[in-house]
Amino acid sequence: MSSPSSRPPRVLIAKPGLDGHDVGARIVCRALMDAGMEVIYTGLRASPRSVAAAALQEDVDVVGLSVLSGAHMPLARKVVDELRDAGALAIPVIVGGTVPASDVDALKALGVAAVFPTGSRLEDIVAFVRRQVTA
Amino acid sequence: MTGSGKDAALLWESGLEVLPVYGPEELERSGGSSAVGSPGEYPFTRGIHPLMYRHRPFTLRQYSGFGTAAETHERFLYLIRHGNTGLNVAFDLPTQCGFDSDDPMADGEVGRVGMAVDTLADMEEAFADIPLNEITVSLTINGAAVPIMAMYFAMARKRGFDLATLRGTAQNDILKEFIGRGTWIFPVEPSVKLVGDTLEFCARHAPKYSPVSVCGYHIRESGATPVQEMAYGLAIARAYIDHSLARGLDVDSVARGLSFNFDIFGNLWEQVCKFRAGRRLWARIVREQYGATDPRAMQLRMIAGGGGGGLTIEQPENNIVRGAYYALASALGGTQTMALCSFDEAYTIPSEHAARLSLRTMQLLIHEIGLADTVDPLAGSWFIETMTNEMEGAIAAELTRLDAGGGIVSAVAEGRLQAELSRQAYDREIRIARGEIPKVGVNMFRDDEEAPRPIELHRYRQEEADRQIQRLHHVKASRDGGAVAATLDALRTAARAGQNVMPAAIDAVEALATVGEVCAALADVYGRHREPVRF
Repeated sequence: MSSPSSRPPRVLIAKPGLDGHDVGARIVCRALMDAGMEVIYTGLRASPRSVAAAALQEDVDVVGLSVLSGAHMPLARKVVDELRDAGALAIPVIVGGTVPASDVDALKALGVAAVFPTGSRLEDIVAFVRRQVTA
Repeated sequence: MTGSGKDAALLWESGLEVLPVYGPEELERSGGSSAVGSPGEYPFTRGIHPLMYRHRPFTLRQYSGFGTAAETHERFLYLIRHGNTGLNVAFDLPTQCGFDSDDPMADGEVGRVGMAVDTLADMEEAFADIPLNEITVSLTINGAAVPIMAMYFAMARKRGFDLATLRGTAQNDILKEFIGRGTWIFPVEPSVKLVGDTLEFCARHAPKYSPVSVCGYHIRESGATPVQEMAYGLAIARAYIDHSLARGLDVDSVARGLSFNFDIFGNLWEQVCKFRAGRRLWARIVREQYGATDPRAMQLRMIAGGGGGGLTIEQPENNIVRGAYYALASALGGTQTMALCSFDEAYTIPSEHAARLSLRTMQLLIHEIGLADTVDPLAGSWFIETMTNEMEGAIAAELTRLDAGGGIVSAVAEGRLQAELSRQAYDREIRIARGEIPKVGVNMFRDDEEAPRPIELHRYRQEEADRQIQRLHHVKASRDGGAVAATLDALRTAARAGQNVMPAAIDAVEALATVGEVCAALADVYGRHREPVRF
């Protein structure tokens, strides 16, 4: 989904599931805001359905999921399914958190556009999101 | 730490300035040494026991628990066979957030980061044959503390242990869950009321049990400075005391039930002074502001160890060295119990190898390095005593600032404190990226050819999750449905009447009501928390 260049990129950062570690998600939110983007943050315990609904309603360019509990596979699958059901599969989904290298390909096979495991650089995340909008 | 250039002031992370040299004049200017006192005596600057580690070294405690109750039970028996005298229990996220294993919210999380507990039957299986009078059990439970503590007490009573002599601890610090960690269930005000219920219940029926461990740790990890970590921890402890006094409890019996959990990373001296100053300030607050008379109520008892926030993914072996210094700070700060981070936890679930290294690090301090030789060895240093005085002043000033803003409960309920701390966490991240906060191996002395570190997770075993769900369904099918409904009704009635819910919660879990059912009944009365998202 490309956006008119007149408006800044819009990003939804979501904490799906029960994981309560939000320091990283909040830091990513601020980094994107500092880069001039508009950020919507769900807060903790977002259901996959509410993530998809918010992505549509807020007309975002990218959805970012933050999961540090290890449940990234089932949660990413559900969010992608919900986006598909909502006819919004074109919105790129990125995943951050405690993701083993062995799960990266499996996430991409689900339709996830990029994975930023713990320790990724903020500038890489910002650059990736920007590319999704200008692509 | 942040000083740059020869003439720039050197500031600790908390903002206190450090001089190149300290002498008697600096100590006098900061308030002198009259408040240092003796170990084991008010105001406990030098430690809460007269002989500290000469009498008994700090306790070593590791966090464990995974999968089903049966697997956790096996692990507990293994730990006890290897000489552990305490068990620190981890629960899975559904249990911590008040969802049963068959709840859609629990999908993919059952038994993942800790033990799944749905009913009293699980609690009984996990602790079968374990002598609860010899082993102290620490329950890392917060949002769902009411049903889990109710189950623990019900199990202990059923096995013939007297609550009046039962020892053990629960984390049960809900205010910090709203700041970091996030296992809240109910809105902020009733959540504090429920902590008050457990404090009152224990003061009356289980006086040896420690029902609350106030956690500065997660507040520091969320972006607080060391001064803020101590100040907000003390503010939370005061909030629980204030609530308890309002319902007619006396300060001595409540404050005796409070212990603390603190973080360690960053500057060694700043951590040591944080502990010495915090211990003194807490004693003064409890005696002077609340009029406590029992010295035990004034003692800041703590578990303190490192410090995930200081570790780096880059050159992770450096974290072994960092951990050793964090453990040193903990011992020099006078901790009662130590739990140390593992060098690989910055990027993965700690391996057994890394966990053993942490244990050995703490044992080295006791047995080879001499940290148990004498009490509070830094006492009397012009530098340490001056900075302890200054830290105490800074912590007290932060408490005053918090009070002027309406206190910690409203700051947390409105999300103001969370917004402030997440801004600080971001600023810190940016300053590290810019090289303004030195991090060895990250923004100086980098190895450019460093290979990426593998992130590993425990494999999720769907078949174990399915077994737990089957077990739950079996218990539900075989219990007396009428008794469950009646006890849950009684629980709602007690909550609506503003009574202590613990007796009704114990009745409900004895009738095999689930964690999810007990929390749902309480949510019928209190509602569920909606997180205020602020930046």
